[in-house]
Amino acid sequence: MGETTIPAADFAEIRALAWRLRRHTLEMTSRAGSSHVGTNFSMAEILAVLYSGVLRVDPARPDWPARDRFVVSKGHGAAAVYAVLAERGFFPLQELETFYANGSRLAGHVTKTVPGVELSTGSLGHGLPVAAGMALAAKHDGTSTRVFCLLSDGECDEGSNWEPILFAPQHRLDNLVVIVDYNKIQSLGSVAEVMELEPFADKWRAFRWAVREVDGHSVEALWEALHAVPAEAGRPTVVIAHTVKGKGVSFMEHQLLWHYRNAKGDELDAARAELEAARP
Amino acid sequence: MRDAFIHTLEELARHDPRIVLMTGDLGFGVFNRYREELPGQFVNAGVAEQNMTGMAAGMAMSGKCVFTYSIANFPVLRCLEQIRNDICYHNADVKVVAVGGGMSYGSLGPSHHATEDLAVMRALPNLLVVAPGDPVETRLAVKALVEHKGPAYLRLGRAGEPVVHQSEPAFELGKAITVREGDDITLVSTGGQLYDTVAAAAVLAEEGVQARVISMHTLKPLDTEAVLAAARETGAIFTVEEHSIIGGLGSAVAEVLMEADQRPQFFGRIGLRDCFTSICGDQAYLRAQYRIDTAGILETVRGGRAGQLSG
Repeated sequence: MGETTIPAADFAEIRALAWRLRRHTLEMTSRAGSSHVGTNFSMAEILAVLYSGVLRVDPARPDWPARDRFVVSKGHGAAAVYAVLAERGFFPLQELETFYANGSRLAGHVTKTVPGVELSTGSLGHGLPVAAGMALAAKHDGTSTRVFCLLSDGECDEGSNWEPILFAPQHRLDNLVVIVDYNKIQSLGSVAEVMELEPFADKWRAFRWAVREVDGHSVEALWEALHAVPAEAGRPTVVIAHTVKGKGVSFMEHQLLWHYRNAKGDELDAARAELEAARP
Repeated sequence: MRDAFIHTLEELARHDPRIVLMTGDLGFGVFNRYREELPGQFVNAGVAEQNMTGMAAGMAMSGKCVFTYSIANFPVLRCLEQIRNDICYHNADVKVVAVGGGMSYGSLGPSHHATEDLAVMRALPNLLVVAPGDPVETRLAVKALVEHKGPAYLRLGRAGEPVVHQSEPAFELGKAITVREGDDITLVSTGGQLYDTVAAAAVLAEEGVQARVISMHTLKPLDTEAVLAAARETGAIFTVEEHSIIGGLGSAVAEVLMEADQRPQFFGRIGLRDCFTSICGDQAYLRAQYRIDTAGILETVRGGRAGQLSG
């Protein structure tokens, strides 16, 4: 879409937000003793960009009917999602301390009772069909609502994702934008070892999607890609974001272990120190 | 029932733009008029029930009242987790409609028999489970389901079932209909077994046994008052369903009775006894083979009465 004007952004501020998301999620997962810190780190810039002027949402009115929808299909990325919602004022930052705790509303997988969350997820392969339904409803109603859906790479093993990937171009859902957090590691090994997705972009193209591939840690590249949607008129858009699992803490990067492990003791100190040294 | 469903939905959808009908590429010839008249309220999701069900939830979250439609287990078991997580957990206004409940599609084989669906659906929080007894109840149920904002499962037979209700009965979801009064025994039926049950009651009347017949068109929430009244006022309760005896109507009624002070002198479940059909046949043939037709009902009732009620 040549005419799309990309608004200017304060990229330094977006990078600072992504950094704060990493720091929140490190503290949240280590305090909770929960898994998934690696996947929360890989999606930090994606969330920071989305909530810095891409998504039309209003923290004061989470149910505002004309809002854009953001469906987080990779529900295990809950800590970072709660962190960005709290950063944006959907609920108090202090509540992040209750992540995973008894009596809290911040469950370990993304949960709808949290203000700003559109869909409870956790079982993979559920978000995109629901997002496609929201996009279809917006088309039926002639509204300008757009629906963004964040997938993990591992969940692209689920057949239920490929059903809406077929459906959306058939129904010209150009108000639907998928972002894949392609960090190349899934639950029991690398994507290449477990269930190779390559040629990944070609698969989406063959299914008639408009495809963008970006460095998923470059806020400038994400900003440009997520503003220029639909990437082609009449087609749904997929932004394949090449990311690094565990990005931001050297000993977590590219490591399957940090899908499960949480930082304690010396490791926590080391991770905090690395993040502190990288403070924007 | 299928035709009563689609005609009623079409009438309602004409005046209610929230209503959307989604099909998993099934219903040849059934939806022609609906599609022509209401193209903006019809979606063919293709042969992809998981996506259909997830999309229905997404549309409902955007203000629609969505009916998903397919055959037997396809819109139910194939996409069970979508029904649980996306629809029920979110209390989304989606009605899952299965045509071909029980062994309606007899000769097509067990892949097309829905005989455990009620048990599975009954276990899901927030979900109403509705299985009308005839085309009249179907029409009334569809109207009531559109008014009920929230998830439901509607189990239908196919086309051409006999009409049981000669006049329109009072209908309320969760409130059983007493089709025939009687004080000796009670026959509780759900879904398309109602006609056979009423026929069995007529035979019993000739033998001097007055059977109350209850159409339990809503399995969840169950009309416990009707069950308890039957336990109080009649000597035996038999449940009749074209479904496994595990988890369906028989189980639901038994659960109520076991927790109550009122127990009937005899209780029996008529249904499939934990099996798949192993022989080809149409619906009437299979009902007879598996002893859930009129003759089968009579056999169980007489056995129960002979063993428990006489002497």
